[in-house]
Amino acid sequence: MKALVQALDLAMTFDVSPPWLNRVVEGKPRQLLHAVDGVSFEIEKGKTLGLVGESGCGKSTVARLLVGLYEPTRGSLMFDNQDAHAVYKGPESARLRRRIQMIFQDPYASLNPRWRVEDVVGEPLKEHGLISDPLQMKERVDDLLQSVGLSPLDGAKYPHQFSGGQRQRISIARALATDPEFLVCDEPTSALDVSVQAQVLNIMKDLQRTLGLTYLFISHNLAVVRHMSDQVGVMYLGCLVELADKQTLFANPRHPYTRMLLDAIPKLHDTGRARTPVQGEVPNPLNPPSGCTFNPRCSLANDRCRSERPILLDVGGNRVACHAVQEGRA
Amino acid sequence: MTLLQVNHLVVEFPSRHGTLRALDDISFDIEPGEILGVVGESGAGKSLTGAAIVGLLDPPGRIVGGQIVLEGQRIDTLPHEQMRHLRGRKIGAIFQDPLTSLNPLYTVGRQLIETIQMHLPVSDREARARAIALLQDTGISAAEQRLDNYPHQFSGGMRQRVVIALALAAEPKLIVADEPTTALDVSIQAQIIMLLKTICKERGAAVMLITHDMGVIAETCDRVAVMYAGRMVEMGPVHEVIHHPAHPYTAGLMAAIPDMTADHEHLHQIDGAMPRLNAIPAGCAFNPRCPRALARCTSDRPDLMSAGVTRAACWLHESVATVA
Repeated sequence: MKALVQALDLAMTFDVSPPWLNRVVEGKPRQLLHAVDGVSFEIEKGKTLGLVGESGCGKSTVARLLVGLYEPTRGSLMFDNQDAHAVYKGPESARLRRRIQMIFQDPYASLNPRWRVEDVVGEPLKEHGLISDPLQMKERVDDLLQSVGLSPLDGAKYPHQFSGGQRQRISIARALATDPEFLVCDEPTSALDVSVQAQVLNIMKDLQRTLGLTYLFISHNLAVVRHMSDQVGVMYLGCLVELADKQTLFANPRHPYTRMLLDAIPKLHDTGRARTPVQGEVPNPLNPPSGCTFNPRCSLANDRCRSERPILLDVGGNRVACHAVQEGRA
Repeated sequence: MTLLQVNHLVVEFPSRHGTLRALDDISFDIEPGEILGVVGESGAGKSLTGAAIVGLLDPPGRIVGGQIVLEGQRIDTLPHEQMRHLRGRKIGAIFQDPLTSLNPLYTVGRQLIETIQMHLPVSDREARARAIALLQDTGISAAEQRLDNYPHQFSGGMRQRVVIALALAAEPKLIVADEPTTALDVSIQAQIIMLLKTICKERGAAVMLITHDMGVIAETCDRVAVMYAGRMVEMGPVHEVIHHPAHPYTAGLMAAIPDMTADHEHLHQIDGAMPRLNAIPAGCAFNPRCPRALARCTSDRPDLMSAGVTRAACWLHESVATVA
């Protein structure tokens, strides 16, 4: 079966140069930030791809590229066998946008505080001209609210009357309004407490099953990604460094960065265990190290790692971008 | 001797719609050199407990009952000026966001030296040497040059190291760390936790570690206190609380955490949400969400009682407590 979503060498570069006058007067060069630098993946219909990585690795930029908030500087996105960014610019744009929706991280910032919940949830329906009859609209909004475990009576309330978890459910109801096939979820539970996070994750899984949704699920929390995903991609400084089935990745992580991340999460089961965390921090993306961007923190780095950038290759079931793993040194 | 004793602490916020009781009868103690974890969901009163101990409750919040005793001295009634001297000297504080706890207009060195000289009678030269040593101890390389940098020149993880250095500057006996790693990435978080753990052990400082992350608690603490709706619901050795939780809330909380080793189609969820402070149910605050609630849970409030190795505020353990 052909994948529903295919990203081919997606890249996004931001121009963060100083203003023209400063460049001329102070002789400063143009400065480019490669937020996402050649990312390729596929997501099959009804499946979930999880993306993990630390802040600044480009996870959210990937999300924004997929929903068309950014236009990629290189590469393309195929959605259901059509070039999504070409369609976004054409007359069919609204039709495509209806099929791809997004859930944001902060349910406090993503809902208009002055709108009633029924207006928030109903807006996409109005915007896309799907329903004009007020009675039908009311029915549809009530259904949507019920599908995420809220009461139809909640429609008349304002967002501030809800807790964080309930607000995130409202965001989900709104994203589902246009019957999308693909949902891009950018850290949907990061602002929530664990017990509430469990409620929201359960709803998202149930909806995926009943509606056949496809998810891109972004989180910095590996346990959450593991719970939600079929496939997992690990990002570091704008690149995918490892991509594999969930089971394979967590049972047998290959890339040194993936191993470091897995080792770094505090575990519930070995209380009081001493360990030696990997030293160093994510380098400045404005001035990334040459070769493999992970080389300054990697214990396996050699000259080749410092000069030549590794590409994502199949190594025993995982796709890994690492010279050491590909050469069999690790 | 017990380092810190908190007895029946009650904190209230007067408001137009009546008085809100944000902390209700909190009691615990910390032994010298011990790491006590305080865990709970947002609004449970974790940070407020920390703020009450360091004497930084935001008005109109105030302590209306109970006492806080540090090394035999009652500190909740100290006048502002005396408390100011005690803070830093005897209790250090580390907050969540390292950028807001450093002054952006002064170099890191100036802030460190000021803190050292405020509490210890040392010369400028000695204070500077001490500041450099502190930065080195917290794992900052080229400490001598970094001393003259401003906070914005440090990365998030490095800033949190500076904040830890500041908290340790006057060698306090107790550090109150409020979500010290929440704003950091996992790889940095692991470094900071290790640092906090080793540096406090070396100096014999006790730590009260406030966090919502059970994983951090599991790796760091000796004992843990679980809070819910301004009350303490369970307290005991970390291993016991995590693996054999005695309170239904702790059990639910533990089960709701996605597991790295097992696969479940569904996560365990605790239905509902924590009650607001103006609508805390009678009896046990957890009773509307509790799968094992008894008739008396809706009327009588349980105190912490013995539940095997840990202590839990739950009527389910009453029979055990009386037998034991």
